[in-house]
Amino acid sequence: MKKKITIVDYGSGNLLSAKQSFVKVASLSNTDAEVQISSDPRSLNQSSHVVLPGQGAFNTCMGGIQKIPGMREQLNEFVTIKQRPFFGICVGMQLLADVSEENGTHTGFGWIKGKIKKLPSTKIKLPHMGWNNIKIVNKHPLIKPEETDYYFVHSYYFDCLNKQDIVAETKYGINFASIVNKENVYGCQFHPEKSSIQGLNIIEDFINL
Amino acid sequence: MLKKRIIPCLDVKDGRVVKGINFIDLVDAGDPVEQAKFYSENGADEICFLDISASIEKRETMLSVLKKTAEEVFIPLTVGGGITSIKNIKDSLLAGADKVSINSAAIKNPDIIKNASEHFGSQCIVVAIDVKKIGSSWMVYSHGGTINTNIEALSWLEKTQKLGAGEILLTSMDRDGTKLGFDLHLLKEADKILDIPLIASGGVGTREHFQEGAQIGKADALLAASVFHFNEISILEVKQFLKENNIDVRI
Repeated sequence: MKKKITIVDYGSGNLLSAKQSFVKVASLSNTDAEVQISSDPRSLNQSSHVVLPGQGAFNTCMGGIQKIPGMREQLNEFVTIKQRPFFGICVGMQLLADVSEENGTHTGFGWIKGKIKKLPSTKIKLPHMGWNNIKIVNKHPLIKPEETDYYFVHSYYFDCLNKQDIVAETKYGINFASIVNKENVYGCQFHPEKSSIQGLNIIEDFINL
Repeated sequence: MLKKRIIPCLDVKDGRVVKGINFIDLVDAGDPVEQAKFYSENGADEICFLDISASIEKRETMLSVLKKTAEEVFIPLTVGGGITSIKNIKDSLLAGADKVSINSAAIKNPDIIKNASEHFGSQCIVVAIDVKKIGSSWMVYSHGGTINTNIEALSWLEKTQKLGAGEILLTSMDRDGTKLGFDLHLLKEADKILDIPLIASGGVGTREHFQEGAQIGKADALLAASVFHFNEISILEVKQFLKENNIDVRI
């Protein structure tokens, strides 16, 4: 069956490289997939997979989603009723949490329990920018990333309430969740679309879900 | 562990590489996409394009270069040179750049740093600073290193950081092209001031220079051009050497 992958556009910057990476993965793996960038909530109805990228502050991103009439409801339907594969990247992953402490207190989707907190910045520079390795903490049957380096850019992290929702962790000052998963909801703190071949492999695992 | 980054820089003029790889038979050696792809496949942690086109019209071609590169290269991409407005930054990011470096425009109007980082997030705003030592202090030069702005470099670093720069690309003009190594004194002084990542540039000639830049200069990333373009050292060799010397790199 042809996959329909939708990358949600809610005004959060550069979606082109995210799109290109999914297009590249589909072509390299001979997957019959259509990849689109869309800001139309109705497009989620026909999608098999949804990707939520994110750049900038948590509340700006949430605000961007809420500005589009019907988007939040459609995302909610896609994830909790249709239960199709959903992938949050960077701030897109952080939006999966209950709440964020970035620039005040802001509510997230609450699909994966936990809180977004600032990385403790004693002795380390923020943002956490560059290549850092991940360590698998809960082996996942379908998402099988290599325990190697991926590209990160962030100052906040996802403090997961349930440790079983953490697939992989990364150390920068503290250990934090770098890949999360609960049921059909997946998230990466790093940018798989900027993490060379190992990043593309994670994207491939996702589109094969 | 967060790794030290190695960044090759390519000079692009009117959409063609003018200072780039010179040692292998690329099908089209002037094609920035091919060159970026080569480096990406050979250990580069990021790619930096410096647009040295003379006219504004020719800069449009840089956007199509970025677009094509983003289709083939899946590591972070920085573009600099001739960025003067929020619109330039937006166009570059939408074309596929992950970061944009601002130099002369920030000196002319420092608020562009603030506006740009509020607009797009500080993570994609790199402030590039060219400095030259005059007497006992380093001075900032603008317009490709041709004009002494009479701004003292360390105070400018501090100011750009306050305004919201996400990263600093610091080039020592005294060392650039000399192959004598980074200006370690400059890097150490910059490190004392900065809480944001520092990219060291200017003067690399040997593997040891990279090591010094990381260990003594405390730079987070090391940028080089000609040593890589002429294959005097490969990125992989540099990384293996750094690793042997207990510096964490991505191999």
